[in-house]
Amino acid sequence: MHKIGKQTICFDNPPTILEAASIVGPKEADGPMAKYFDKCLDDEFWGEKSWEKAESKIIRETVNLVVAKSGISNTDIDYCFAGDLLNQCISSDFGLRDTNVPFFGVFGACSTFAESMCLGSVFVEGGAANNVICATSSHFCSAEKQFRFPLELGNQRPQTSQWTVTGSGAVILSKNGDGPYITNITPGKIVDMGIKDANNMGAAMAPAALDTLVTHLQDTGRKPSYYDAIITGDLGHIGKDILSEMIQTKGYNINGNYNDCGVLIFYL
Amino acid sequence: MKEINTQKEYNEYVKQKSPNSPILKDCFNAFWVGGLICSIGQIILDFCKYKGMTDNLAATTVSISLIAISAILTGLNLFNRIGKFAGAGSLIPITGFANSIVSPAIEYKSEGYVMGVGGKMFTVAGPVLVYGISTSVIIGIIASIF
Repeated sequence: MHKIGKQTICFDNPPTILEAASIVGPKEADGPMAKYFDKCLDDEFWGEKSWEKAESKIIRETVNLVVAKSGISNTDIDYCFAGDLLNQCISSDFGLRDTNVPFFGVFGACSTFAESMCLGSVFVEGGAANNVICATSSHFCSAEKQFRFPLELGNQRPQTSQWTVTGSGAVILSKNGDGPYITNITPGKIVDMGIKDANNMGAAMAPAALDTLVTHLQDTGRKPSYYDAIITGDLGHIGKDILSEMIQTKGYNINGNYNDCGVLIFYL
Repeated sequence: MKEINTQKEYNEYVKQKSPNSPILKDCFNAFWVGGLICSIGQIILDFCKYKGMTDNLAATTVSISLIAISAILTGLNLFNRIGKFAGAGSLIPITGFANSIVSPAIEYKSEGYVMGVGGKMFTVAGPVLVYGISTSVIIGIIASIF
């Protein structure tokens, strides 16, 4: 692997995304992506006594599922990169304590999954591992409890507020495989454009997404049309709008192939 | 659009991109639901007086009844739906105050009765209590001087 441009890593022997698995909650199961998830839950507790325990169970079962689907043995997994939104990443820590795989706790808030895949792919390409698991989870109820208000509180959500996904996703990255490959990664910078409204996360995150995307295109010398799809994490409708408008001022047009997971996952 | 370089420019741009709350609809719903809650209070008050309670006792009974109704509706997962619809209409009367104490109590029950329910019960209502009681103390002192 080698560095190209300002902040992009180019892999000479790109790692393969060997297998992926996902488990989601009931609201996500009602969304347009429902048929692509491995398992949809009927209730947010999933038989547990607290939101946090439920989230731990979701990530544990997702990781078990991705290992089972891949057909490789648990002992052939070298490292696990995982994280979540809760304090000290307790969902992942408690959820994955029985996996017996060396564990890297990752915190990147909304970017945790992409971040864990960046780190995992560097480990695989660098020869430190043959197979790694990258996973993340979030739970609407545990996130609301930790960051906002109790669910039973009778308050109103502003038009710009976003809805945290209840669910977990996991992938296995492998040295050997026929793709899909991770060929380049461009870790982003922290970009703060001074948005103080905690109910407008899309607007707060869009400038960082813009910076990362533009840097990636400059570093690789590619145009947006090179890609079949350009996907951001969870900018939501407002953030997505802001990104696709602002990138035009930088001389790029992504309207044809750009989408956002936060927009895709729910019916609005 | 032109290129955005400063935080100020970006904030103005975001403000223009973000949809506003439907203020007329919100105000209308808050008005009639708030009015309805107050009317229920008035009905309880008149009923208590009709049954021969003193003014003071009747007024206290109104507060206790509305708090009890609000707490039960919170426990039944209904008050948050009323609040989502009515906003300040159900939040500003004593019903909202009851809801703001019962809802964290329910939410944090999973963390135990001492550190969970006991410790976190006032996380939402805390500022109201601190500044409400402080203000009443200050006004009480002023009133006693003059």
